[in-house]
Amino acid sequence: MTTAETDAARADAEAGATAPRSAAGNPIGFGRMLRKEDARFLRGRGRYLDDIQLPGMLHGAILRSPFAHARIAAIDTSAAEAHPKVTAVITGATLESLGLAWMPTLSDDVQAVLATDKVRFQGQEVAFVVAEDRYAARDALELIEVDYEPLEPVVDARRALDPDAPVIRSDVEGKADNHVFDWESGDPARCDEVFAAADVVVRQDMTYPRSHPAPLETCGSVAHMDPVTGKLTAWITSQAPHAHRTVYALVAGLPEHKIQVISPDIGGGFGNKVPIYPGYVLAVVGSIVTGAPVKWVEDRSENLMSTGFARDYHMRGEIAATRDGRILGLRVDVVADHGAFNASANPSKYPAGFFNIFTGSYDLQAAHCKVTGVYTNKAPGGVAYACSFRITEAVYLVERMVDLLADELGTDPAELRMRNLLRPEQFPYRTQTGWEYDSGDYPRALRLALDMAGYDELRAEQAERRARGELMGIGLSFFTEGVGAGPRKHMDILGLGMADGCELRVHPTGKAVVRLSVQTQGQGHETTFAQIVASQLGIPPEDIEVVHGDTDQTPFGLGTYGSRSTPVSGAAAAVVARRVRDKARLVAAAALECSPDDLEWEHGRWHVRGDPSQGRTIQEIALLAHSSLELPEGVEGHLDASAVYNPPNLTYPFGAYVCVVDVDPGTGRVAVRRFVAVDDCGPRINPMIVEGQIHGGLADGVGMALMQAIAFDEDGNCLGGSFMDYLLPTAMECPPWELGETVTPSPHHPIGAKGIGESATVGSPAAVVNAVIDALEPFGVRHADMPLTPAQVWLAMQGRPARTDIAVW
Amino acid sequence: MQVTMTVNGAEVTRDVEPRLLLVHFVRDHLGLTGTHWGCDTSNCGACVLWMDGEPVKSCTVLAAMAAGRSVRTVEDLARDGELDPVQQGFMQCHGLQCGFCTPGMLMTARHLLDRDPDPSEATIREAISGQLCRCTGYQNIVAAVRWAAEHPHGAAEVDDEAVTQSAPAAPGEGRSETEVSA
Ligand code: FES
Ligand code: FES
Repeated sequence: MTTAETDAARADAEAGATAPRSAAGNPIGFGRMLRKEDARFLRGRGRYLDDIQLPGMLHGAILRSPFAHARIAAIDTSAAEAHPKVTAVITGATLESLGLAWMPTLSDDVQAVLATDKVRFQGQEVAFVVAEDRYAARDALELIEVDYEPLEPVVDARRALDPDAPVIRSDVEGKADNHVFDWESGDPARCDEVFAAADVVVRQDMTYPRSHPAPLETCGSVAHMDPVTGKLTAWITSQAPHAHRTVYALVAGLPEHKIQVISPDIGGGFGNKVPIYPGYVLAVVGSIVTGAPVKWVEDRSENLMSTGFARDYHMRGEIAATRDGRILGLRVDVVADHGAFNASANPSKYPAGFFNIFTGSYDLQAAHCKVTGVYTNKAPGGVAYACSFRITEAVYLVERMVDLLADELGTDPAELRMRNLLRPEQFPYRTQTGWEYDSGDYPRALRLALDMAGYDELRAEQAERRARGELMGIGLSFFTEGVGAGPRKHMDILGLGMADGCELRVHPTGKAVVRLSVQTQGQGHETTFAQIVASQLGIPPEDIEVVHGDTDQTPFGLGTYGSRSTPVSGAAAAVVARRVRDKARLVAAAALECSPDDLEWEHGRWHVRGDPSQGRTIQEIALLAHSSLELPEGVEGHLDASAVYNPPNLTYPFGAYVCVVDVDPGTGRVAVRRFVAVDDCGPRINPMIVEGQIHGGLADGVGMALMQAIAFDEDGNCLGGSFMDYLLPTAMECPPWELGETVTPSPHHPIGAKGIGESATVGSPAAVVNAVIDALEPFGVRHADMPLTPAQVWLAMQGRPARTDIAVW
Repeated sequence: MQVTMTVNGAEVTRDVEPRLLLVHFVRDHLGLTGTHWGCDTSNCGACVLWMDGEPVKSCTVLAAMAAGRSVRTVEDLARDGELDPVQQGFMQCHGLQCGFCTPGMLMTARHLLDRDPDPSEATIREAISGQLCRCTGYQNIVAAVRWAAEHPHGAAEVDDEAVTQSAPAAPGEGRSETEVSA
């Protein structure tokens, strides 16, 4: 990247304040702009999956296993079939005869669409009923008799590899254990040297418990296989419609050009809507079998018990440092619980996602991690919940370890971080595990966060309160994200390289349509992508229609997750708009009868250098491009372009967070008093939307730290199967968020933007936990696992924090 | 069984099963899909609409129980093409992202403002505490309701401010600071 380009990115960064305004008052480029999509949502006119009604549509419902591990001896569906409103009952045996009983997962494992031999987690799909209405479908489930022979379940991830543990995946020939993968990164020998020479080594076991993204809308599908045309139209709550279409083609052997996947309005995704679920496939099978459209929508318990969970990482961390607080090395050993099928949506060369970014924001001499994936009798999934492919777990680990080290050294955690953060002149920085961080000024972000929080005053207040027996805690976290997967030669999912396409067409009247491969679940793409194109072409954003979520209407791409939209698809949109601008230059030159080299671009207009009166606006050029104007050799008419963006590297947003909590000494209840978040995601296309995304992620962090966990009992019963058991933060648990920003453009992204979707979810849990542990210092508490519920905090105060992943009665 | 009720000012009569939930009645039978559904346990509030002027979770009410009553849904908030001030507030303050919780939040907010035209932020938080939003972290929802309180007649009376795009996202709550690379 040249200096000029860096400067251009920087100029874009500041363009928000100065972008010219359209007649409608919108920035023609970056800046705060109200959302286009709001108009329909506010009127109740969004079109979500369950809003879709087709003539003759039938309804599907899934019978699920009550056991975590059991052999299926027999299934009797006769009573269900006799129900007057039931059209079809499908079992694993039906699917087996069609060769559809198993489907590929996004991690190249297989998963049962409907169980045939045995069930492997509570909530697993066992039978599918298609009926005239949703009530009748559920009635019929009750009429199905399944004869189960319970087997011993494997619930504890750390025990899954015991030699005498029951083998879950007996379907895999020759499989004699519950091992999924081993993955290592870093240099163990160098780590040994550094640790041996260190003054101080701190060790800690910690579990990042299983969590669930729980978007407010559950997952569902409406499938319609047209028996005449042979075309399958599938509306799916999907964050990745193109990837889903390709997998459908592979699973069912359907020709891909006869499959149209449509993601309608999506009521939140957060990663939950990336994987392919048996219910989606069953809706298709149901439609094939009945010849009618079939709708399947899961209820909340089904969503929490069977769809893509997150985390479930059991980590042993070790950090080495000098006595004067120079961090030298970090190593970690992880047991990763992947549930009964390995269905993580990781890039294929990264079975533990990007967890090996665990060295965080610090300049270390050595690092090593080892991750062992195991099968357990729990729902499959694994990478979900705004985690940027496991960077959430990595940030939590390193930020807890740094706090533990500060405690050991008797150093202030802010000072310890400041001393060890990467310095601006070290960028681009290659980490011990091979990531190349693109740009950053970390100390500046931390300083801003500390200033905004009034850190010194807070510490003084804490000392006073402690003297009065009150429990106040201050927690920090500093995170480096890595988003926008990825360079396609390194990153693919099921062999599909992680690049994204974009198409732009300017109509003769100067209005435009831009077609994206990514899909919005609330991020406001219809607004921000119009702004990206506007910033490059000078067409007002209200004149640019954004089309997304329909595989027949949009170019191929891998979809929206891992904060990919802005880093990958946003780059594609900028590139495509620049291509159109370049072509517009040739058309303008033809019209002005001058050389293209004599033209200069300014505010949506090409004009003759030195004579701004001689020019053509992009709108005029659009008409000329479609007119009979004679164009030079090789220049085609019309004004459009397409691009596929293959990112050269990830982008690396970062941030510094400060959380202040008060703990009730009598009950252990934690109240988050303040939360200061300084984020750097490069230039902000629409600051209003960026801030909104941060707010949402911070609420997630508070939820994960204090409330949310999907735990199991020893029999493998899911203890988080409803919103009464799986607690999510309401407006009462969330403080007013205090946001700050620094702006460091990515040097390799066309508009310098780094992406923001997951930053706050990644960075905030550690700040909350660090704050609570800090509050409990008078009790000598070093660590307690999330979620820090009143009971857990109270137990920690008694010196015996509990496991939070398994309830032992 | 046959039920008759007033929905958004118009009388409707339908044959329904006695067990039919009100949320499914308005969505599947009347096609008013603005009211959403999000949980099995009456915790999320995506389904909030008004029955006889009170917000209720319509997943917890049978259609039969609404017989003879008056139901109001989000589709009835805008009048003559003019958004209600709470709808305008949600837009101005970015009080929605995916939009799934929004109808329920809007109905609760309108009810709150009808009783308490100038609620504090704490009052607003309490009013929406039975409803979940997974996207916004609530702050901009609170700001949106405050916006509506401050603009009881909507944008009409505050022409300039309503169209300006640079109004603070969260008046009163939170704050923000910026540093840009040189
Ligand atoms: S649908 Fe969740 S409270 Fe009604
Ligand atoms: S805006 Fe998505 S749940 Fe509230």
